[in-house]
Amino acid sequence: MYQKILLAADGSNHSVRATQEAIKIASMNPHATITVVLVADYSHSKSDVLHSGSSIELDLKRRKKLLPVEELLKNANMNYRVEVLHGVPGPTIVEFANKQNYEILVIGSRGLNSLQEMVLGSVSHKVVKRAECPVLIVK
Amino acid sequence: MIEKIKLEWFSNIRGDVLAGIVVALALIPEAIAFSIIAGVNPMVGLYASFSIAVIIAFVGGRPGMISAATGAMALLMVPLVKEHGIDYLLAATILTGVIQILFGIFKVAKVMKFIPRAVMIGFVNALAILIFMAQVPHFLGISTMTYLFVAVTLLIVYILPRFLKSIPAPLIAIVALTTLAIFSDFELRTVGDLGTITQSLPSFFLPNVPFSLETLMIIFPFSLALAIVGLLESLLTATIVDDMTGTDSNKNKESRGQGIANVVTGFFGGMAGCAMIGQSVINVKSGGRGRLSTLIAGGFLMFLIIVLGDLVVQIPMPVLVGIMIMVSIGTFDWSSFMYLKKAPITDSLVMIVTVLIVVFTHDLSKGVIAGVILSAIFFVSKISKLTVAKSVSNDLSIYTVEGQLFFASVESFLEAFDFNVQNEHIIIDFSQAHVWDDSGVGAIDKVILKYYENHNQVTMEGLNKKSQQLVEKLAIYNNKDAKLSAH
Repeated sequence: MYQKILLAADGSNHSVRATQEAIKIASMNPHATITVVLVADYSHSKSDVLHSGSSIELDLKRRKKLLPVEELLKNANMNYRVEVLHGVPGPTIVEFANKQNYEILVIGSRGLNSLQEMVLGSVSHKVVKRAECPVLIVK
Repeated sequence: MIEKIKLEWFSNIRGDVLAGIVVALALIPEAIAFSIIAGVNPMVGLYASFSIAVIIAFVGGRPGMISAATGAMALLMVPLVKEHGIDYLLAATILTGVIQILFGIFKVAKVMKFIPRAVMIGFVNALAILIFMAQVPHFLGISTMTYLFVAVTLLIVYILPRFLKSIPAPLIAIVALTTLAIFSDFELRTVGDLGTITQSLPSFFLPNVPFSLETLMIIFPFSLALAIVGLLESLLTATIVDDMTGTDSNKNKESRGQGIANVVTGFFGGMAGCAMIGQSVINVKSGGRGRLSTLIAGGFLMFLIIVLGDLVVQIPMPVLVGIMIMVSIGTFDWSSFMYLKKAPITDSLVMIVTVLIVVFTHDLSKGVIAGVILSAIFFVSKISKLTVAKSVSNDLSIYTVEGQLFFASVESFLEAFDFNVQNEHIIIDFSQAHVWDDSGVGAIDKVILKYYENHNQVTMEGLNKKSQQLVEKLAIYNNKDAKLSAH
């Protein structure tokens, strides 16, 4: 079964449900590892920096978003690590998945910003089109 | 060393060259618009953008960051240019650079952490509002065609990036609408109406000002404000680029670099500038990471002006205005409204006061200084809440002090004690307090000496190490002849 699993998460409810599915997949293989990837969106960088006192505080804020996701992974005794990447969410996730040769990518069907998703077409849509591994989209 | 040069210059050649070209295209309308705001010929802003970008590529502390002529700086120059002319502006630009170099040498970048985020949010919002206000005279009540061109520009710049990402939308708006304006006979004001474009490289010359104390007195206040505002925006931008690229940068080197860039720029006929948030974000988004991107941005901008200068003067003003309105919208921190709801009322107040002072004085430095002072006052009043609890056991009166004892809290400290006692033993417990300054020690002296007057015995307990040292150094109550007035 899948050993190298990539979970793209932003802390939204969809990404929490995606986490549950990722855990199901991972638990079928005792050697499976999950990499949780959070993309700090370029277009939020200015306001993120403005609204936090220091880069340490900002790191902490971003990690905090993933708390519900990490809690699930911890409770399930998963072997996981967290990566915070910077960029435009869709392409950044795809590049990371393809470069590091992940075997499967799990992602929520949409993230925190539902209005933008309707207008622009979703991150998950871009990921499905361009990732080289199987993608599991969780509703 | 060579490794570092390689990494900062040549590790991302393709991305840097492409991003540099994109930035150069986006810089031209802004450099012209900011010159118009400052009240100088467009060439002053264009030369500044060229010279600052090229120099900062070599001496800056944050690779991948774009510096050029900016709105924040242009707004500060308005009164100087109006009253004294361009030569004084160039002299002020040189002095601004000198001040910034000194800031860099004395590591003033560290002081940035004393500027609360409410003030920084106020700063960008005020900047956005001022940029917008500066556009109003160029479109309000001129003609219907002006309104129409502004509107079409806004639409292009707002909607086009959704479909076409490789070419900057402002450039498309400029090319399309300038072409339309040239081949039709609409009555529109153009860049050429507000100044001329010289198709030549900048050259070295000394600003034509008398070298006197009087000149210095005129330019110094402007230079100081320019130096502060330039540094503030540059360091904020550097932090944003740090965050976007996930790398660190040398803020003191950046400050020094900004200074060097401004000194040189002043001698080459350019106005003072600093880092630009918007352009730097465009650069990183377009793939720019290294110093090469900044160099290309400056160089390509100059190349375009030399080749296409004739066409640049034909750009209709309403198009420039539309682009600047979008710059203003992009500069504004829209999450401020959320912030106002969530943040403590004092922080919201600091933010709003910073914005209001800037909007009324048209001076970003005044807003920042007022904001910092106001938040310092709020901070002092917050931590000056000191409580003293009294308890009596046997013959002992125990006063437990809790909080910070310093100039702002001595009053509530003194009021807490009951001095109508005789021949008693009084214990003051400081284990939950900290004594900070001479006024604090003075208050302790006052209390103890007052008790001594009525033959009471006083014992102090639980002073922490720092407070103990301060009290030992400054207190006079052990001196039997001491009088209350000694402090």
